Parts: sequence; structure tokens; C-alpha cells
Amino acid sequence: MNFDFTEEQTMIMDGISRYVREEYDFDVRRIIKDSNDGYSKEVWRRFSELGWLSIPFDEVYGGFGGNPDDLASVMIELGKGAIIEPYVASIVLFGALINESSNESLKKEIIPKIINGDYKGSFAYIEEQSRFEITDIKTSATKCNGGYTLRGQKLAVIDADKSDGFIVSARTDSSQFSTDGISLFLVEPEAQGVSLSNYKTMDGHSASVITFEDTFVSDENLICAVGNGYSHIKSVMPQILLALCSEALGIMETLNKLTVEYSKTRTQFGSPIGSFQALQHRMVDNFMAYEQAKSMVYRGLCEANNYSSGSIDLDEFTRVAHAVKALVAKSSKQIGDESIQIHGGIGMTDELNIGHLVKRLMMINVEFGDGDFHQKCFGQN
Amino acid sequence: MDTNFSKDDIAFRDEVRKFFDDEFDSTLAKNLGDGHGDNYKESIIAWQKKLYKKGWIAPNWPKEFGGTGWTDTQKFIYESERGLAGVPDVLPFGLKMVGPVIYTFGTQEQKDRFLPKILSSDHWWCQGYSEPGAGSDLASLTTSADYAGANYLVNGRKIWTSLAQYADWIFCLVRTSKGARKQEGISFLLIDMSSPGITVKPIITIDGRHSLNEVLFENVSVPVENLIGEQDKGWTYAKALLAHERTNMAEVADSKRMLTELKDKASKSIGGGRCLADDQVFQKQVSDVELDLMALEYTELRALASIAEKGMPGPESSLLKIKGTEISQQLHELHLKVAAHHGGAVALTEERYDEIQVGSDARNRYLYGRAATIYGGSNEVQRNVIAKAVLGL
Repeated sequence: MNFDFTEEQTMIMDGISRYVREEYDFDVRRIIKDSNDGYSKEVWRRFSELGWLSIPFDEVYGGFGGNPDDLASVMIELGKGAIIEPYVASIVLFGALINESSNESLKKEIIPKIINGDYKGSFAYIEEQSRFEITDIKTSATKCNGGYTLRGQKLAVIDADKSDGFIVSARTDSSQFSTDGISLFLVEPEAQGVSLSNYKTMDGHSASVITFEDTFVSDENLICAVGNGYSHIKSVMPQILLALCSEALGIMETLNKLTVEYSKTRTQFGSPIGSFQALQHRMVDNFMAYEQAKSMVYRGLCEANNYSSGSIDLDEFTRVAHAVKALVAKSSKQIGDESIQIHGGIGMTDELNIGHLVKRLMMINVEFGDGDFHQKCFGQN
Repeated sequence: MDTNFSKDDIAFRDEVRKFFDDEFDSTLAKNLGDGHGDNYKESIIAWQKKLYKKGWIAPNWPKEFGGTGWTDTQKFIYESERGLAGVPDVLPFGLKMVGPVIYTFGTQEQKDRFLPKILSSDHWWCQGYSEPGAGSDLASLTTSADYAGANYLVNGRKIWTSLAQYADWIFCLVRTSKGARKQEGISFLLIDMSSPGITVKPIITIDGRHSLNEVLFENVSVPVENLIGEQDKGWTYAKALLAHERTNMAEVADSKRMLTELKDKASKSIGGGRCLADDQVFQKQVSDVELDLMALEYTELRALASIAEKGMPGPESSLLKIKGTEISQQLHELHLKVAAHHGGAVALTEERYDEIQVGSDARNRYLYGRAATIYGGSNEVQRNVIAKAVLGL
């Protein structure tokens, strides 16, 4: 039984923590967030130099060969800094899908570029009608000479405006909700018939509506075998959920710390507000919500280990991952709301970091299925 | 990060499973399962003697005093299996409360005199802490012990004393002097329940049963050799015990058992009617509890790992009592919903459906279960403790 991060993981965490403290404080973050690009090329380059872009990728492609524990350790620390760079979109989502791809030549071409910081990607899977159901797909991919013709629209593609490629889910067969007939394609933003409509999300990232009008995609751009898209997404979903929840864990830890500190310095009625029992009990509840979320993420990471060693199957791993996302969503909402409330008026301001951390938690909650969705999936199995 | 069991651990698990299978028979299960029947005392002693004979009565004691010498993983496995098998925990008063105080702070003579009979369950202990005027504010207790030669003369009232009607001994916090702080001047005394001047008065609880009592002391003479440690230093010993007590209150294994039973009962249909398990509101309520319980199980494991590694539990252990009792109360409530579903008002009377065991059991568990967030330091007091000790407020 062991719940410690390894020495190597601790070193990486310390490295990110130092970087956030020294080079990516809240003022720097704000400047980057408000810039035209919405992220910093320079910072992304630094991430590459420091090896953080290589974490989940296999060693044969120049990656670090990290397991879910490794990625979790990185995500916790990136969370604490509320990093605005497109790490989740490029490394966690796109990264997992490409790393598990069966298309060797595509992997050889793209993964080294990602690791070098020369390639960023996004995952385009949501449609206007689909909510969080990954099988609810109307975008079609019709076979043509040497490839497929894509037609349809994807919504809320996170950080797509910064991306060099999108992995797009589309139907090569079967009807709207079927788990069969889903295929995944790598599409470049410059391809003919691709148009993006970009907007800012509340956490400072961006998202796009991407429309495909008879866009040609070559056979060589298939991420996995035709019709295997659903099982491909399903196989990487638990690790993606764990990474997102680890980021949330880092944010919750920071929010609790800042709130307790603030309650010790803010004076009303002649006493620090942290001396009032009504607030103390609420902060204890927030502490418990965080510790429970941490236990659940750790449970998920232990099960990830059991999954890779073959002692549990994908369905069992998936069920735990649903549970992790559902519980983390509850804790996130509680801690987010309470952090603002206990800070009072100042908690409402754009100037303070509290609200920005809360907005990132809110976005994590809806990424790849919200808490209610995952609780439903969990309860049904 | 892993929770993998070694081959030895798995062999140990199988041994524990087999022992519970073989030894915890249906008569014991019936007498100890729900409610305290007429032969409750005999049954629990019989069961504890089986554990004693096996050498498993006190897993948490140091080996030299009669503990098992198990690793923390083994202790966890034992607890999980106990919960899965529906075996009740041992009575805490001797084995989990006064026993550790005696082997930690007692004299050699006290250890020789009391520990063997705690282990063999020949002494039934009860706990004399709370008083009518000293509940959450325990240190304001007033039961007095006046030093008179070789004896203390004890006068006062203890209340909420669980199972005192069966007890041979009671361990008490008594006031031996008035210190500058109310925590000073308290002493820890062991008192023979057959001493002249002790009266036990039953308190019937809202579940209609008798497990609580008031214990009255009128000029009860207690030999000085029954004092634990130093006079006036009893608060220190009591606090050490409370810390011990809190980590024992997560009751994850028991809650897991209750959850399994809940799902099982809720999925049964009577006479072709709809079962509650198909109700979406109910499903949501069950998964709410299950998520919390899954997390709590790992919170407990983290506390165990921390004890194994650093010799003490980390801050996460402080939430075990609060979350553990809240979860068990939520499960009681859901069991009551299943009972109500299977017969509405009937379930709230003494009627009982034998085949699915709903009704009075669920009602009694729910009602008596309200005590869990009150005893052992109410959950509000626990929150005060965490605010101060963990958050530094």
C-alpha cells in the first residue's frame, strides 16, 4: 500500500511549482490570458525544454513514457498555477488519442513535433445535439477516392484556434447513437471546407465551432481502424478524466489554502473572521471535500495501475473514473462557491485570483462530461 | 501509487474469510445482527471468546499485551472481511478504550490484573464520561472523588452510559481537585460496578430499546490502586483515548455491507410490484452515498499508510468520524425508504417481512443511528477540533 508520489514525480512537481512561483505568477497569467494569442509561445517553448510536453507519450517517439501517476503529478501543479496554456487540449486529450493510435506513420510524424512544442492539437467531438454523449454523432465521413469527405459541425472544441490539427469524430457507418460506425480523423485547420468560429471561455481558454463542408481527409489520416472510434475514445477516457480531476485537485487545494489564510487576516467585529465558528465549520467542510476528492483521485490512480497490470478490466477502470469525475465535481462546486462566499465582496472581483481559479474549476467540471453525467454513468453500472 | 495485496495478504484474507464463514453461525448472526435481544450479552461474550481463542480479539493492541502483530494492511483486510461477513465489531469499551489506556498509562499490577480479563471478555466494561451538565463540554464534569486514606469516595452522576446494565467495571473521569483550568484536577478511575452505592437506571431511547443508562454514585469507595497514572492528570489520558477512538469511527466496512444490503433489498420486487432500485431519484441518492463511501475507504487507507510510515495518522484522519457517521446515517435513511416502499406505514410498526427483513430493523437502525453524530465527540465538536488543529484557526 503506497500513496506517495515517487522521487522523480516529486522532482517534476517541485519544478512546476517553482516555475509557477518564479515565472508564471498571477500577473503574468493575466497578461497571457488577455493577449491576442491567448497563450504564450515562449511559455510553451519553456514547457517543451523542461520536458513537460513529453510526459504521456511513449518512449519510442521520444516521450517520457509516463503513467497516469506521472501525468497526475504534473496536472496537480499546473492546476495550482491555473496555467492558461493549452496543455489539456494538446497533451491530455489530443495527446492520449494520438499516443494510443494504431496509425504508426502519423504517430512518428506528429508526436515528436508535439514534444518539441511545434504542434498542438484539439479533440472535436461535441455536436449541438450531443451534450456529453460521445456516440451521438451526426457529422458524416463518406468514403471517396483515397479518403473521406467530412460534412458536419463540432462545438466547443477547446483551444482549437491554437491548434495545428484536430481529431474529429465522424460517422462512417450506422445511425446517430450507435457505438458502431464511428471513425476518428486527423484534420488540419487549413484543409478545404474547414471554418472556425472562435470565442473565449470563462477560464481564459478558447473554444471554437468548427464546420466541415465537404472536407477531404486522406485514408492516411485515420487515427484508428475505420469504425473503431468509439472503443478508441473509450480506452483513453479514464486516463483523461483522471488527468482533469488531478488539475481540479491542485486548484481546490489552492483555494482552500487561500481562503483559510484570508480568514485569519480579514478582521470584522474586532476579530479575524476565521475565529467565528460559523465560518470555521464551513472551512472544515471544504477541507473534508478536498481530502475526499484527493482520496478518490488516488483511488482512480491505484485502479489505473491495476488496469495496466491486467488485474481489472476497462469496464471496471471506467466505472471508477466515472466515480472520480462525479465526486470531484461535487467537491469543486462546494469549494468554489464557498471560497467566494468566505472572501466576501473581494471574492467577487476580477482583480483577485479566487474567481479565476473557480472559473477554471467550473470549466473542468463540464469538460468531457459534467459531474451529473458521470454520476449517472456510474450509477447505471 | 498502489493498493496491491501481496500473496501473503491474499492468503491471510482467505484465512479470515474462512474463519468468519465457519465460526459466525446463523444463531450468532440473528442474536447480534440487529437489535439487542434477550440473549444479547451471552451471545456477544460467546462470539468474543471465539475471537479470543483464535488470538484475534485485539488486532490493534501491541503484541506484548495480546495483540496480533498484524501489518496495517492485514488490519485493513481483517476489517473489510468483518464488514463483508456482517460480523459486528467487538464491544469497544474494554478492547478499544480502557485497554489501551491501561497498557499505556497503567502500572504493571494494573496491566496484570485487568488486561487478561478484557481480552477474554470476562470483564464487561462501560465508559463513565458524560454527565448531565458535561456533554460536549466534557471537562466541566463534577462527579467528585475525595481522597480518604486508602480510598476515594466517589459521588455524582454519569449519563448516556452504553450497556452499563451488563457491566462488571466502569472507567470514569472524576474530579479530584479544582485546578486553574477545568481540564486540570480530573482523574481516571477504574470502578467495580458491584461496589455498594452504585445504582444503574435505564434510559429508553427513541428506538424503544434499552442500551443507555444513568449511573449514580453515592459514597462509593474506590481503592487508590484503581487510579490510572497520576491523580489530577486524567484529562491527558482521556484525550489520548479520544484520538484512538476517532480513527475507529469511519466504519467503512460496516457501511459497505449496509450498501450491499440496501441495493439487494431495493432490487427485490414484492408480488410483481415495481422495485425501488428502478426509481431514478433513489438511484441518485444511492450513488451519492456510494461515491462518498468509495472516497472514505481511501481516506482510511491513506490514514493507515501514514501510520505505517510516519507513526501517526495525517490530517486526513480527522475527517473519518464525521464522514463515516454521516454516511452511515444516510444509509440508515435509505434503508428506511426501502422499508417504507415495502408497506408504507406498516413498516413503521412492529410488523416485519421476514423474507426481506425490512420494517422494524430499518426503523430501529435509523433511530438509534442518530446517536452516531452525537457520541464520541459530536460532529460539531469534531469540526471545532479540525478548525483548530488542522486549519490553525
